[in-house]
Order: sequence, then structure tokens, then C-alpha cells
Amino acid sequence: MTNVSVAKEDVVTSDELVVLRSVNKHFGALHVLQDIDLTIDRGEVVVVIGPSGSGKSTLCRTINRLETIDSGTITIDGKPLPHEGRELARLRADVGMVFQSFNLFAHKTVLENVMLGQVKVRKADKKQAEEKARALLDRVGVGTQADKYPAQLSGGQQQRVAIARALAMDPKVMLFDEPTSALDPEMINEVLEVMQQLAREGMTMIVVTHEMGFARSAANRVVFMADGRIVEQATPDQFFSNPRSDRAKDFLSKILHH
Amino acid sequence: MFDFLGRYDVLGAFWTTVQLTLLSAVGSLVWGTLLAGMRVGPVPLMRGFGTAYVNIVRNIPLTVIILFSSLGLSQTLGITLGAHDFKVQGFRLAVLGLILYTSAFVCEAIRSGINTVPVGQAEAARAIGLSFTQVLGLIVLPQAFRAAIGPLTNVLIALTKNTTVAAAIGVAEAAFLMKEMIENEAQLLVISAVIAFGFVCLTLPTGLILGWVGKKMAVKR
Repeated sequence: MTNVSVAKEDVVTSDELVVLRSVNKHFGALHVLQDIDLTIDRGEVVVVIGPSGSGKSTLCRTINRLETIDSGTITIDGKPLPHEGRELARLRADVGMVFQSFNLFAHKTVLENVMLGQVKVRKADKKQAEEKARALLDRVGVGTQADKYPAQLSGGQQQRVAIARALAMDPKVMLFDEPTSALDPEMINEVLEVMQQLAREGMTMIVVTHEMGFARSAANRVVFMADGRIVEQATPDQFFSNPRSDRAKDFLSKILHH
Repeated sequence: MFDFLGRYDVLGAFWTTVQLTLLSAVGSLVWGTLLAGMRVGPVPLMRGFGTAYVNIVRNIPLTVIILFSSLGLSQTLGITLGAHDFKVQGFRLAVLGLILYTSAFVCEAIRSGINTVPVGQAEAARAIGLSFTQVLGLIVLPQAFRAAIGPLTNVLIALTKNTTVAAAIGVAEAAFLMKEMIENEAQLLVISAVIAFGFVCLTLPTGLILGWVGKKMAVKR
């Protein structure tokens, strides 16, 4: 291999942040991810939708290796996902994750939740970590709740804290695994607004969601999954107004006519 | 009726009981936590060791373990734990035996505590880049301990009473004194009542205080 060709590859990959190549995964007999090929560019907002059990959450979780894969490759910023250990921990610090059930550390205050990763992983100074945590909490609109425990907050507030906790690590990409599915209806918007703001600021985001409104307004691309496969990818406009596959047409007819 | 008690060092004997209990409690808390860490860890060899240890040790009578500590370790293998006289040696070996035995129960109490911590807590901790030991030490164990205070209280109360087995290898604690008094005095009922009362004085406050602490420290979800 010559230097020139390596340089060329670098140019090609520099815009590709997350790349999945023929990824397969089984849960026992269930083939939950089937030959998934997906590339997410820097600054892109990709929304993954599809019926329950289509593998979209699993897909999201494989990207920071909370789920292992059986075959295929996943690279983040040009580096393949390492095996369990220090390398993987370092990579996870660069990949923000927001869960359906918030998963805030229940025995720590909101402020401590947002400080922990900075201090223990990034080895940041405590004072700076606190300043940054408070700024992030203000940004997501829960600055006044900093000294409370997660259980004292509403679901929407907890999820915004969870977003702040992920942002505190200065992630290269943010994964959202159904971030509004566990929320009461009146709290969904406050979380979506924070996510929309993030998208506008150029954060690379992979969002698994059932919020079609968010997909229309914030996504650069919609990925439709069914039965462990990516059935269709398109811009939101194209996808919602003119879906090509029968599976997507069927799905949309079921969710959009109520 | 209680006159004869003046001829015996009852408080001193109970002080030995307290010392046996506290030292064994600290030791078994440390070793039991390590065992629990092994049992939930990702390394198969350690998991196997932890499981084997707990299942073997908790099924052997404490008397056998204590007697082995004394006879097997000190007399056959010559392990005396740096003690020069027989009394100190017996005490240290009794503590060792109690730690080995009790840590199996501590391990299981902590493991049950770990099971109360939702999987999502560890996942979120891993997702921000914490290592396995950090996830365990910063997120899982602090929550597990709070949930395990109840079961651990039971273990501590059982340990307090189990220290009486140390009498079998001549450690001069409460039960040892009781045997001595029963042999010398014709006051069986009084002697039993006094010793029983002494143990209740130790264990009842333990249960009440730790019960309160457990409620106070409980993690709200």
C-alpha cells in the first residue's frame, strides 16, 4: 500500500463518523440484526423508526457495544470498536447515550450525575466539572434542580438531566434509544425541544424514536427498519410523503391515520 | 442470688465477644465484598472461584471450620498468625475462622443487594466510559450496600452469636465463661439468663439501629 492511497482513504472516511458493515446479531434463534449496512456522517441527524421488535433499539445499543455483535464491523471515527476493557471505556466516553428509562444514578444528586464522568473519566478538575455541569443543566432547563435526587424530578426533567450527563463528556455522537417512550405526553415536548436544539447546533445524532414529528422536523435522514433489516432510507420528506417499500407504507398507514 | 457473679469477669468475657464480633465483621465485610465482586465479574475463573467458595464454606458447620483453624492450621501446618502465647493465637485463629465462614453469607447478602440495582444503572455508567471497577465501586456497590443493610444486619446478628463457637478452641468469651460458671456453681437458670441477656443487649440495638439506618439510606427510585 502506498502512502497516497492511505491518504485518500483518510479523506473518504473523515466525514463518516459511524460506519456499520454487514452487522449480524442473534438473540438465540431470533436473527435480530440482519446484514445491517449504515453510515452516519459527521453532523448528521439520523432517525431510526420501525415497528416494535424490528431491532432498532438493539442497533442503537450495538454502536457503543452495550450489545455485542455476532459478525460484521462497526467503526467510530475510523476506529473499530474494541473489545471489553480500557479501550472500549475510552471510546464509550466519546459516544453519548440517552436511554428510554433515563438511568440517572439514583444515589447521586442531579449535579453529581453530570459531574461524575467528567471527574472520573476525563479527570477534570472538580470545580471546572461543576461549572460545566451547572451550565449544561441550565442549557437543558433544569439548573434549579441541581441539588435534588433523580427520584424527586419528573420524567421529562430526568431525561433532560440524562442528556446533560451525556453532553458533559463532549461526545462525538449521541445515541438516543427511544428517549420519550417512557414519558407522560405533556413532557415529551420539553425533551424533544432540547434534542432539536442539539440537532441545530450540529451534533451528530442517531435517534430511535416513535416521534414522527421529530423525524420530520429534525432528521436529515430517516432509516426504516423491520424484522431486523433496514428496509428503506430516505430524507424525511421523501419517506413520509412517498415511501417506496410496502412494509413502510403499511407502517405509516397504521400510525399516521389516527 | 447474683452474688457469685462477682467472682467472674462477665464484662471481660463479653468484651472478648464484642472484639471477636467486630474484627470478624470488618474482615468478612471486606472479603465478602471481594467475593461478591468476583461472582458478578466478567472473569470466568473468578466467578467460578467465588461460586465454589460460597457453596463449600457456607455448607460446612462453623464448629468444623473453627476447629480446623485451631488444630489444622496451628498444630499441623504451624500457622500461628504471629501470636506467641496460646490465648492470643486462639483468638486470632477464631477471628480467621469466623471471617472465612461469615464472608460467604456477606457475599450472598451483597449479591442480593446488587440484584436490586437495575441493569440500566450499570449500563449508563458504562456508557459514560467508566471501567468495570469504577462501575462496581461508584455506581453498583453503593446502591447494593444500601439495599443489603437488612440482610447484612441478619448476618451480623448471626455472627455475634456464632462467636460462641470460639469457646470450642478455648477463647475466653461469654459462652466459655458460661460453661465455666455452670461447672462451678449450682445456678444453671441464672447463669443462662445472664448470658442470654448479655447477647440480647448486644444484638437487639444492632438490629434496631441498622434497621433505622437501612430505611434512612434506602435509594429512592
